[in-house]
Amino acid sequence: MIGVAFSPNLKNNVYEAMRMVDFFDSKMVLVHVGKKTEQKEDTIKRLISGFSDDTDRVKIVWREGDPVRVIIDTASENNADLIMLGATPREDFLKFYIGSIARKITRQAHCSVLLLVKPSEDLRPCHHIVVNGLKAEKTKQTILASFEIAQNLGAQQLTIVEEISEQEVQVIIEDDKSLIKATKRKEQLTEKEHSRVQKILKAVPEDCKNDIRVKTQPIFGKRGYSIGHYARVIGADLLVMNAPKKTSFWDRLFPHDIEHILGELPTDVLIIR
Amino acid sequence: MEKINTSKFLAQLPKNIFSGFVVSLIALPLGLGLALASEAPPISGIIAAIVGGIIVSIFGGSNVTITGPGNGLVVVLLGAITTLANGDLFQGYLFTLAAIICSGVLMIIIGFLRLGILSDFFPSSAIQGMLAAIGISIFAKQFHVMVANIGAKGDTISLLATIPKSIYSLFLPEYNHLVIAAIVGVISLLIMIFYGKIRHKYLRLIPAPMWIVLLVIGLSYYYEFFSSAPYPIADKLLVQIPDKVFSNFPSPDFSSVLKPKFIGVVIAITLISSIESLLSIKAVDKLDPEKRRSNTNKDLMALGIASIASGFVGGLNVVTVIARSSVNVNNGGSNRSANFFHSIFLILFVVLFQDQLGRIPLTALAAILVFTGYKLAAPKNLKGIAKIGREQLIIFTATIIATITTNLISGILIGILTTLIIHFILNKSAILFARNLFKPNVLMFKEEVNGIYFISVKNFSSFLNFFKLKRNLDSIPEDSDVVIDFSLCDFVDYSVQESLIGYQEVFKKKGGSFEITGLDKHGTASGHPLAVRRLFSFSQKMKIGSSLTKRQEDLKKVASNFSWNYFPKKDEDATYLQDFIFFKTKKIKYTYNNILNKDSSFKISDVEFSEGEFIAQKIIKTTILTIDLKKEIPVFTLDREGLLEFIYKIAGFKDISIIGHPDFSKRFYLLGENSERIQLFFTKELVLFFESNPYYHIESNGDTLLLMRKERIASVKEIKELLDFGVRLEKIISKINYNELLLKSVQIKP
Repeated sequence: MIGVAFSPNLKNNVYEAMRMVDFFDSKMVLVHVGKKTEQKEDTIKRLISGFSDDTDRVKIVWREGDPVRVIIDTASENNADLIMLGATPREDFLKFYIGSIARKITRQAHCSVLLLVKPSEDLRPCHHIVVNGLKAEKTKQTILASFEIAQNLGAQQLTIVEEISEQEVQVIIEDDKSLIKATKRKEQLTEKEHSRVQKILKAVPEDCKNDIRVKTQPIFGKRGYSIGHYARVIGADLLVMNAPKKTSFWDRLFPHDIEHILGELPTDVLIIR
Repeated sequence: MEKINTSKFLAQLPKNIFSGFVVSLIALPLGLGLALASEAPPISGIIAAIVGGIIVSIFGGSNVTITGPGNGLVVVLLGAITTLANGDLFQGYLFTLAAIICSGVLMIIIGFLRLGILSDFFPSSAIQGMLAAIGISIFAKQFHVMVANIGAKGDTISLLATIPKSIYSLFLPEYNHLVIAAIVGVISLLIMIFYGKIRHKYLRLIPAPMWIVLLVIGLSYYYEFFSSAPYPIADKLLVQIPDKVFSNFPSPDFSSVLKPKFIGVVIAITLISSIESLLSIKAVDKLDPEKRRSNTNKDLMALGIASIASGFVGGLNVVTVIARSSVNVNNGGSNRSANFFHSIFLILFVVLFQDQLGRIPLTALAAILVFTGYKLAAPKNLKGIAKIGREQLIIFTATIIATITTNLISGILIGILTTLIIHFILNKSAILFARNLFKPNVLMFKEEVNGIYFISVKNFSSFLNFFKLKRNLDSIPEDSDVVIDFSLCDFVDYSVQESLIGYQEVFKKKGGSFEITGLDKHGTASGHPLAVRRLFSFSQKMKIGSSLTKRQEDLKKVASNFSWNYFPKKDEDATYLQDFIFFKTKKIKYTYNNILNKDSSFKISDVEFSEGEFIAQKIIKTTILTIDLKKEIPVFTLDREGLLEFIYKIAGFKDISIIGHPDFSKRFYLLGENSERIQLFFTKELVLFFESNPYYHIESNGDTLLLMRKERIASVKEIKELLDFGVRLEKIISKINYNELLLKSVQIKP
């Protein structure tokens, strides 16, 4: 399932999607929002044939209308498991438009969404995956899914980031005494979070963990923000996140959790729903 | 615990009493002088010191600070007293007392809401400019008083301009009666200036301001008892002390509380006293021999309470003062009791020596203030600022001019505005700031392996968002190791870098380390280590090494300690690294910050290389050590078991186990083509060495070793460790006679 626009990124987007189809042994639906013309059909056909001869696995949908609506509707009609979108990292204000469609789809889609920062023609190996370990119902599912993905993509390292909000420390540091207290409290919280994540890790089937080095990293900081920054600092290849519960106008104004990452994609981002 | 504290307190008590005594010797003349400079009754300065010392020592949150009337406030208070009642000084003083009380309430609120952090929003150069402006104002006004012209009035500029006239008029016959007083003033100034140069043990027991007081009182007694001539200094040039200091308090007048002028004064007093106190507390914490951290918010609340109390009994407002605090530390003050005793001694002085205090000429006190004003505005400060960069000089002078020509609040606001505009110009746009101002930009985490706190700062880091970084820094125990990385940060300003240097000092003192990395590549406007740094866009030519950062200065020191050579400039010839397996799939762009030993067999460098191509390209920087062994050894790579970043799936390479060392084989990945030779090479000593030392990624290409640890630039401390490890490893390897071993083994199995 991929949203297509005739942009310079088209070729790379399609190639990335085709590779995904290969890795996960699945089918693909290409959605083009806009008029169907022979020329465009030709271009896409050529792109697909350059990759695989197995045309049954690819279905092309041509529809007109609001891109967000069309993509979401097509996805649910076809029972898609994943929507792939080629996003552009922010460099200037002009690129924001693409971002806003991607954002809307991310928020409203019924299935998981993969945002590609830099779609490329050639295969890029995926070495390092960063997953959130938030204290939320969906986290377990997200972590399980990311192990599966790591196996399929051949990643060697998986880091689970436990973001702990500063407010939870509940000690305001003013002098040496409160600093010691806060440090102790942080250790306790880390310990607690750690055991929670370890519990989830135990539930991961052993054959999923083969050949993958698992690391946990507690971070005290703003939820949703720190994990993005962390992924960028350590140069992760994929960031896997829980889907947000629901977002409203206020979340745009006062960004939290996932909105920080959508505003400034650190790397490829997969949002699990 | 409680008992230990009490006995420690008692043991330190004599020292604190002594220190409090010495401080009171300075506080007495300064209190009188500062009050006079504000056109308030002289005793009001002493009252502020007494009340401040007692209240803040009980409720405060700092340890070795001294509180009392402050320099910075002179200008505000002077303005308030002279203008609030349209020139009626006494009525103006009563209004000002009310303003002091109101500002005390504001201070308590600031402390309670923990808003002390607000002081971080003032750019460093603007604050320095403001302090210099205060110094100039004090200097301009008090110079006239020092040469016995107490009637001089006007704004700072006209006061400065009329200084020659005041001096000249002394030589006119009608002002002859003032000459002695003026001479006393000038001699006092000379004492202040040259006191620092005297190294005499006993002379230095008494601080300079007290010497002046003692000498002038002595002079008045000379005229009273030994000379037939009358005391040549007129009464109006002497300090006026009311007869009943402690029973007849003036009552503050609250009748103009709602007037805009009054509110302006309250805000100005609060602003200046908070800034002055917070700056002083920060500076004094660095002097504290026990390296304690002050609770600034608690201190602000205590200062607020003290100001209220002081205002009700006719005193000026109370701030934390740096000069007196440093005297306290130098004389062995170790806890808050020193502040308390300084108040007690002041009470004793006023009660016992009331008559003697009345003999002090104003000119002598003015001389002390002239010196203080000069210190605040010394040309030395200007030079220091200019070195950091032309733009800091612009901010500094803009703030000074604005402060002198308008008032303190507009002055500091203009300073902030100038800084902002200069930051915009330096970046050629305001978008970077506008877009990222409210976004979080600091990531901090503790590295699991070695417990180092790693901080990465994104976007920009200036006085506008420093509080976010500061909040993270403050939550790190100072005995830990910190690495702060600015490589994702486009712009770092001087205020931030200056504060970071402060943190560096504190961490160093308390046994931790604090390293700043990622700035080496930023472009600068001047050669100063703290100059504003901006990441150049790709079109501009990068000039690494044109001005050294703090890290580079440290590297230089490390190199010179070993008497090795240091080359900060980038070197694009990195062919010597190409045949290492680690770099096979990577493209080395260049090396920089190279440290070489005499025969160039040891070489430490920062390497920038890229992985992948075109859009999938990832640029990575790391620090490596190469050792040229000058002999042949097998090709191998050695890694910690499970450190996956460094594992290569290259055909023909397999994990080699060393017979007889199962633990080593379990903990390390040893890879290489020729396993027999490698097994021969890994002798018992070598295995033991690796087992008992920290882990590094080690590679051999046949005659050279490559050592590294992380895919990031190493801190200076890490470099030292790496170097130490490398030197010891080389020693062990040089002892292994690999060729001989090889020959022997060939003989065994032909």
